[in-house]
Amino acid sequence: MTLDAIDRQIINRLQDDLPRISRPFAPLADELGISEEALLERIKTLRENGVLTRFGPFFDAAAMGGAFCLCAMEVPAEKFEATVTKVNAHDEVAHNYEREHQLNMWFVLACETPEGIAQTAEAIEAETGMKVHQFPKLQEFYIGFRVAA
Amino acid sequence: MSIDDTDRAIIEATQAGLPLVPAPYAALAEQLGLDEATVMTRFEAMKDSGVIRRIAAAPNHYKLGMTANGMSVWDVEDEHLTALGTKIGALPYVTHCYERPRALPAWPYNLFAMIHGSSSDEVEEKRAEITAILGDALRAKDILYSTRILKKTGLRLRKRG
Repeated sequence: MTLDAIDRQIINRLQDDLPRISRPFAPLADELGISEEALLERIKTLRENGVLTRFGPFFDAAAMGGAFCLCAMEVPAEKFEATVTKVNAHDEVAHNYEREHQLNMWFVLACETPEGIAQTAEAIEAETGMKVHQFPKLQEFYIGFRVAA
Repeated sequence: MSIDDTDRAIIEATQAGLPLVPAPYAALAEQLGLDEATVMTRFEAMKDSGVIRRIAAAPNHYKLGMTANGMSVWDVEDEHLTALGTKIGALPYVTHCYERPRALPAWPYNLFAMIHGSSSDEVEEKRAEITAILGDALRAKDILYSTRILKKTGLRLRKRG
């Protein structure tokens, strides 16, 4: 799909926090000179085409008393697809990427309790017979979330 | 902070996304048997306490032409890590930057920095800049390019009951 200038502005501006007001899309629609309905239609299309993977609140598991943890596995090529299915079946797996390295599967666990990380990692190890390496964050230097469209 | 049942109901109703309608908070209120003001107040309180970082879009880097997405990893001498990590985190092209534990002997790296670009040449150029900044405190480095998004859903609460 091709993105026009308005789509690109929408993608950039929707990475800002949406206000808690009754008509939160109205200010952006005004800024872009389009109707609220037209803006919402464009956002739906961007979602359907996968340009936006999600639109909604970003939750911080740690602030709710839970935890996040980056994990990695070394998965043999012939077992990769079956392992993806097993790992992704856990609701605690928030995202998962294939990467070029001996450690070729990298995913983030988001759990409601700190113990949930170890429990989920152990469950995945039991199901796959493979080691789950855990890389919890020790210090956060920056989290930018912006991507310029 | 702890979340109560009302917060939890709001989180469960929006973890897949916010309703794409002109008045999304009113739509949620109707769905949950609350009023619009309560939903907005709860969202505001969760934003203030950090439970919600923001209400926003998550773009797919690949679809925006950012096809080179590298997790750069660095083994930096511990005594210089905080000062250097702060510098690397401030670079405009680094989107996430963390200290994480090493897993020796196979994994000597303690600094992770995500770099996104439209080509691997562009990412390698940025990586060379980071190498220069880390200077003598750098002992080893690598970069892991993502080849596929296998899942990207964000947090999901467990169903209760």
